[in-house]
Amino acid sequence: MLATLEGSVTAAVLALTAVGLSLVFGVMRVVNIAHGEFFMLGAVIAYVLTRAISGHPAVGFAVALVVAPVLVGVLAVVADMTILKRLDYDPERTIVATIGLLYIIQQLTLMSYGPDARPVEAPFNTRLALPWFEWGENGLAMYWPWGLSTTSYKLAVIGAAVVLLCGIWAMMARTRIGLVMRATQADRDMAQAFGIPVEKVYAMVFGIGAGLAAMAAVLIVPIQQAHYLMGADPLLLSFIVVIIGGLGSLPGTVVAAILIGLSDGIISVFFSPTLAKILATLLVGLVLVFRPQGLFGTRGV
Amino acid sequence: MPRCRRPILGVAMLRLEAVNSGYGRAQVLRDLSLEVQAGEILCLLGRNGAGKTTTMQTIMGLLPLMSGRISLDGEDIGSLPAHEVPRRGIGYIPQGRRLFAGLTVAQNLEVGLMTRGSGREVLEEVLELFPRLRERMGQKAQTLSGGEQQMLATARALCLRPKALLLDEPTEGLQPSMIEAIRQVIVKLRADGVAILLVEQRVDAVLSVADRVAFIENGRNGEILSAEALRADHSIVDRYVGV
Repeated sequence: MLATLEGSVTAAVLALTAVGLSLVFGVMRVVNIAHGEFFMLGAVIAYVLTRAISGHPAVGFAVALVVAPVLVGVLAVVADMTILKRLDYDPERTIVATIGLLYIIQQLTLMSYGPDARPVEAPFNTRLALPWFEWGENGLAMYWPWGLSTTSYKLAVIGAAVVLLCGIWAMMARTRIGLVMRATQADRDMAQAFGIPVEKVYAMVFGIGAGLAAMAAVLIVPIQQAHYLMGADPLLLSFIVVIIGGLGSLPGTVVAAILIGLSDGIISVFFSPTLAKILATLLVGLVLVFRPQGLFGTRGV
Repeated sequence: MPRCRRPILGVAMLRLEAVNSGYGRAQVLRDLSLEVQAGEILCLLGRNGAGKTTTMQTIMGLLPLMSGRISLDGEDIGSLPAHEVPRRGIGYIPQGRRLFAGLTVAQNLEVGLMTRGSGREVLEEVLELFPRLRERMGQKAQTLSGGEQQMLATARALCLRPKALLLDEPTEGLQPSMIEAIRQVIVKLRADGVAILLVEQRVDAVLSVADRVAFIENGRNGEILSAEALRADHSIVDRYVGV
């Protein structure tokens, strides 16, 4: 049960990060290797902001939750307009370009923020004891064993991720912006032939994708710590999730994130984190062999 | 050869002047000039690879204009970014329909309505022309039959209230009843004063509906004739299209 909860937190954060990656790939056909660095930047900015703002930690955190994704999103929009647009969104050249972006962001962070891992204080962090059920002398008994606990913050992370994911879904399915994005995803030229400014849509999608990664990082940073190399793991896991779920499929991405996050949590607790990674990567291999379009993907035209 | 003009509607709605264009460095169109008047159907005929589809994509701004001028209703549209071109009032029905897959019929039409901010009454008018679509509004575009997909592609373009309409092989692979339905809609649009540029392989289908026929060969202008003249003398068609 504890493992499930830990896994859910991983799953929640992973789902947000991976949905950002999936959105960028789905609409723009750009494989964004620098996605993990946008994640890392979100965490670092959250650290800087919570440090700069005095008062109750919740105030700084709330500001970070809004400002960090916006800042990172703006940075991504600038990167899109100055780099990706000039490459004409060529699938291969953008991979190389985002690898370059990855190192630039990473090294700049190392030079300015330093090599230390620094914690951010959670806005609220009540310890919640979890009940345990066991058959005793009096039948089914419930008690609170020492050490079996979670924090209110972890539950809040899961809740926030669910709300955000519902928001993304609603945006894609119900709003005009979502309609424009999906039309662009379906056929870029025809989208232009119907008056959709595809380049603006691309810039926006890249910004939203990066913003989601940053948002996920702000949520996780009170549990992990902000570090300039922290982007590698979420990047790898996001790719695993996106491949399993089907490139460009949002529901598939979320389901795969839950699958990978939960199994990661459970296996890490009972066996070892390495085994969890091995299994996840094995799963990717199997999916690629037997269902190349992903579990929820539709075969591309 | 006398130029065939309709006496009342003698306005060049869509005009191409010495257009050069192509894919990257591969030039396809060479000094191509065309004129479509309001309320006229001009058919572009030529062999495969002659540049018919390229002409349409160049008009839509999807291919870069190397030189020349394209104007709609007197306004230069050749220098506009691609997404601004349809907003001036050009509806494009591409070869192979190219609907927005994954979107429903209603959403495909919604994209068309958004292009020029058309209101609900335009949607009603369009659905009046294609009542079959009304029953399919919630269905995904890719699940429609071929004929229904063509109807949707046409309806989507009509949602712009276009001044000029580009149709690229609209009857390809359709059954005769569908071809007739599409033909009737085209004729009705002509009566409403829309300038129509039509690309079609089947010469008989062309001659029954077109006002003028422009031949295109290796990206260059061939002769431009009235459809009546062609109906009388079929030999010139054979020379350009080689059937």
